[in-house]
Amino acid sequence: MSTFLGMPVRAPRGVGHLRGDQSFPAAAKEALGNSQLRRNLQHATTTIRGKSGRVIAELPDWQELRSAGSALKAYTMANLPLLLTQLEEKVTAAGGVVHWAADANEANQIVTDLVARTGEKRVIKVKSMATQEIGLNEALEAAGIAPVETDLAELIVQLGEDKPSHILVPAIHRNRAEIREIFLRAMPGVDPKLTDDPPVLAGAARRYLREIFMRTKVAVSGANFGIAETGTLAVVESEGNGRMCLTLPDTLITVMGIEKVVPAWADLEVFLQLLPRASTGERMNPYTSMWTGVTPGDGPQNFHLVLLDNGRTAVLADEVGRQALHCIRCSACLNVCPVYERTGGHAYGSVYPGPIGAVLSPQLTGVEDNASLPYASSLCGACFDACPVKIDIPSILVHLRNQAPHARTEAAVMAAAAYTMDHPRLYASAQRAAKLARIAGRRGRGLPPPLNGWSASRDLPSPPDETFRDWWRGR
Amino acid sequence: MRIALFVTCLADTMFPAAAKATVLLLERLGHEVVFPQEQTCCGQMHINTGYQKDALPLVRRHVRTFEPYDVVVAPSGSCVGAVRHQHAMVAAGDPGLAARATEVAARTYELSELLVDVLGVEDVGAYYPHRVTYHPTCHSLRVLRVGDKPLRLLQHVRGLDLVELPAAEQCCGFGGTFSVKNADTSTAMLADKMRHVLDTGADVCTAGDASCLMHIGGGLSRLRTGVRTVHLAEILASTEA
Repeated sequence: MSTFLGMPVRAPRGVGHLRGDQSFPAAAKEALGNSQLRRNLQHATTTIRGKSGRVIAELPDWQELRSAGSALKAYTMANLPLLLTQLEEKVTAAGGVVHWAADANEANQIVTDLVARTGEKRVIKVKSMATQEIGLNEALEAAGIAPVETDLAELIVQLGEDKPSHILVPAIHRNRAEIREIFLRAMPGVDPKLTDDPPVLAGAARRYLREIFMRTKVAVSGANFGIAETGTLAVVESEGNGRMCLTLPDTLITVMGIEKVVPAWADLEVFLQLLPRASTGERMNPYTSMWTGVTPGDGPQNFHLVLLDNGRTAVLADEVGRQALHCIRCSACLNVCPVYERTGGHAYGSVYPGPIGAVLSPQLTGVEDNASLPYASSLCGACFDACPVKIDIPSILVHLRNQAPHARTEAAVMAAAAYTMDHPRLYASAQRAAKLARIAGRRGRGLPPPLNGWSASRDLPSPPDETFRDWWRGR
Repeated sequence: MRIALFVTCLADTMFPAAAKATVLLLERLGHEVVFPQEQTCCGQMHINTGYQKDALPLVRRHVRTFEPYDVVVAPSGSCVGAVRHQHAMVAAGDPGLAARATEVAARTYELSELLVDVLGVEDVGAYYPHRVTYHPTCHSLRVLRVGDKPLRLLQHVRGLDLVELPAAEQCCGFGGTFSVKNADTSTAMLADKMRHVLDTGADVCTAGDASCLMHIGGGLSRLRTGVRTVHLAEILASTEA
């Protein structure tokens, strides 16, 4: 006998960072006016694209690897309940404690309670999208616990009281002069003679963080992979801060989205080739940390794994949209996206920006809460080609547009257009009417709203003397 | 060969020169072109704007109109992309229609595909004495994968000075209703595309899609750059006489 438990819930409102304050076009308009941002982004994305393209070209089996990654993810999604319970068993057997969080509020409560129980007032954090998604830092601060981000870019964002604008390079919108100002303003004990030389800036962050690493007893991390077969968690990173957080403290709390589970240890062979080449353009990421439960006398002696849903099960229920859960957070789609390159990440209003954000955020929240995001793409398809696990982002965008709420006037215009197009005689008279209207006086620039966005920066072509079908008839 | 022209609503209404050129070119190469009068629009605008239900009758009309023909050609990578990758999806609720749509799609070609893959010709005997740069439209490039077919056709055109477009594979910013719904972002993308076109020193920018050319050409015209946009079909149809 089975019991219907209802449809899975979306990520709740009022917590976390999946919804923006304004629509994408409005936020993009502001971002486009910032010439410094445009320069920073164009420089950064062009550099990463070049680097990634070169190391991908070295692998003769890149397309096969992509197919393998895609197949592994599809298998994982089809067997998610089994794999998650297997992961729970293995982690528990290895001395860890597994918690299940249905949404952001539950996850924040679990982590806050766990930290409170240790009596500590500060935690160090490994860069983690999941904890940004649920707004964990705000929840910890509200409970009197200070979270310290230890990834350099994430630290820049935190000290600048800013928001991340890229999955991998959260401070991509900042240049070194801006970073120097942020450090001088907000970094405790910083040398007032700090310059904007990158090694000097990194040195300042290292000195500040080193003290904190040595004196903090609790760490919070995300996870790139959770291996069901062995109960092993994996974090990949470039700076070594993750390794410090994962090994030095007494207590480690890992928040992992349920889609990050992989079936077997051997599957990492595929993902550890795909991820660094697609993301940072490196052949291998500098630090790969793996741990299985608790090892007596070595590393954290208390390990908690928080498995986070927060709308993921609802995404899984959508046959077309569920591919978005295959994402391994490499950010290749951001780096090749012509829209992202011009607007930057903040315009998307969510911690997941760019093409993957445009398909993931609306599905996690429900399309009505992020209705402009599926339209934040010209459907150029560069993201699909770049994705190391072959997520067909353009098709999901089109699918979500079909679910998005439509303005009544637009819907009426579209219905009328479709009706006209389905009646060739009406269509022919509409063609003639359009031509007459243009000849009769609209010949210049201005189109009426909402089409004036077009004529603001582009001329309309002069109407032809005759349509093709008129010409054909007269032959 | 008897070839049915899928003219596309945009070329029919706004850019008949591209459609006429397609007809004249194919006739010059010795083929018969027919124009099924019942055709209107493939429905791509509706599909990509989130109105699949409204697009369904248009898909049905398109399939009914073109299924009697062995070969269908359109002077548009984007519209052929919609036929090939979206029609069966829109018709998913009607498996019979979806199957027919798949069959029509398999016989529908973008112009450069038809010329190079089906008709086996790269030198169409054209003459076009201008400096030309080619913009590979996104749907030709990444949906249809036409690759270098348009370039191979252009390389055989006598008198034509073909210059490479920097960052050619980046979208021009059109994207159908994207250019209206996200007009500011679209304009920013267009600005970079125009800069690259101007950098080539070409007097003509060509492509296989009238829609992208309308966008790029509209921007170039507004800035009074003196650079024209001309559809690939028009260049290939040009002769010395």
